[in-house]
Amino acid sequence: MGAMTTVFRRELAGYFATPVAWVFIVIFLLTTAAFAFYLGNFFERGQADLLSFFTYLPWLYLFLIPAIGMRLWSEERKTGTIELLLTLPISVPAAVLGKFLAAWAFVGIALALTFPFWLTVSYLGDPDHGVIVASYVGALLMAGGYLAITSCLSSLTQNQVIAFVVSTVVCFLFTVSGTPIVLDFVSGWAPDMLVDQIAGFSFITHFQSIIGGVIDLRDLVFFASLIGVWLFANMIIVEYKKFAG
Amino acid sequence: MTAMLEVRNLVKQFGHFTAVDGISFEVQRGEVLGFLGPNGAGKSTTMKMITGFLGPTAGTVTVNQIDALANPIMAKTRIGYLPEGAPAYPDMTPAAFLNFIASIRGLSSKQRRERIAAITERIELRRVMEQPIETLSKGFKRRVGLAQALLHDPEILILDEPTDGLDPNQKFQVRGLIRELAPEKAIIISTHILEEVSAVCSRALIIAHGKVVADGTPGELMGRSRFHNAVVLELKGKDQPDFETIRADLIRVPGVASVEPDGDRRVVVFPQDSATVTDGVSQLASARGWQIGAFYVDPGRMDEVFRTITQGN
Repeated sequence: MGAMTTVFRRELAGYFATPVAWVFIVIFLLTTAAFAFYLGNFFERGQADLLSFFTYLPWLYLFLIPAIGMRLWSEERKTGTIELLLTLPISVPAAVLGKFLAAWAFVGIALALTFPFWLTVSYLGDPDHGVIVASYVGALLMAGGYLAITSCLSSLTQNQVIAFVVSTVVCFLFTVSGTPIVLDFVSGWAPDMLVDQIAGFSFITHFQSIIGGVIDLRDLVFFASLIGVWLFANMIIVEYKKFAG
Repeated sequence: MTAMLEVRNLVKQFGHFTAVDGISFEVQRGEVLGFLGPNGAGKSTTMKMITGFLGPTAGTVTVNQIDALANPIMAKTRIGYLPEGAPAYPDMTPAAFLNFIASIRGLSSKQRRERIAAITERIELRRVMEQPIETLSKGFKRRVGLAQALLHDPEILILDEPTDGLDPNQKFQVRGLIRELAPEKAIIISTHILEEVSAVCSRALIIAHGKVVADGTPGELMGRSRFHNAVVLELKGKDQPDFETIRADLIRVPGVASVEPDGDRRVVVFPQDSATVTDGVSQLASARGWQIGAFYVDPGRMDEVFRTITQGN
């Protein structure tokens, strides 16, 4: 537990030690604002809610989260510090969790800095704060899902660019698996049950039901178990690579 | 006395390539064991398996009676490890980095301050403590790696090329540090600087193609050299007899096996079966009236032993 906290702190401080953190936060805030105002018609809708902000969040995540997570393990391999980390008295699960939680906390900080949107709608109207809180929780959970995928895939390579590209592609498939892009590809030959399963993996479907104001336990469980599965795979890969060399 | 570190039949295969092929040895407290061997011989791979970075294909590692494969975390608390190339997080300062390591090692904040202060003083790291590690010279980076390995005062120290990239003064300093730590610890260092073995190691393993091909004290290994106990003679002055004349004289000294030239003015007198031939050679030299510039008994040549053993010729 202590070792995990230490890794968490080092990793989180690592984001702020370089300009990466500031560049990311500024771009995140600018693009969320641009999406909300131009694509989401924040003002024209005349609604006191944050739907226009949250609707486009998955598409932003698609690029920004892999950019945050790509270095988690690949950089350790590249600089050789993974040899240092894994010969310290810390278990692989603790190391994986410590790193993941630090990146997640960082995304949480960026997300928290979007609070002026909330203040704005509160000033302009009378929004449903319960829905907004739920949407933020959903947004954080979804970020965890993208991040767990990226963390796992970054442990496969020492090349951050490869980690980024592959993570983006996998995240894209999860994002759109409820849409015709993926479903048309399988629905011709696969049984309906499988098609439904694949559609059920869609981040957008689950996220939209949360931001629509319907808190369904199944949506939360979906993101939580997705994070769990990808992090478990991450631990297996780190452990397995000790034996494969 | 039970060994501090015991390695039995360690094997590591990468696909079809066998990097380490059944290495066994023990290290006691107070010993400094040197790993010698050509590049790619399996020295680093063996160290990576002992420290738990790589999982062995077969074999066991016992760290102070703890099975390191069954209880890796327990074993890791007993070991200080400097990996090859001394990796460290480049954007951290040595101060932050050492704090991070000490914290993972479970040192209390008081212990942390004391140990970091003591070690950075000892290996002269003080003035770079607040600079990012990526901006440090190779020598400082290596010393940061050493400091990291020593922080928790481990019983077992495993140092992969601890003096690589250091200047002669720093090498001298690090060797002094290793000798100073030696009585309380079991230490393994790998090196391809042969003089380092005689300078700091109490025992050396020569490793080639993943196997231990020689195991002994530096003295014993030097004893394997054909130069061991040979007399080296350097003649000075202008009108010296030529080599053939000298050779004809020397070869008749009892116990001498052969005589070879070594450079322009030196002659090496090889004894039969490492016998002592100093007396005979010096008596002959004074009887002939040779002017002697240098006269010494060769302890043996490590580089020659190394080449003979690792290349098998």
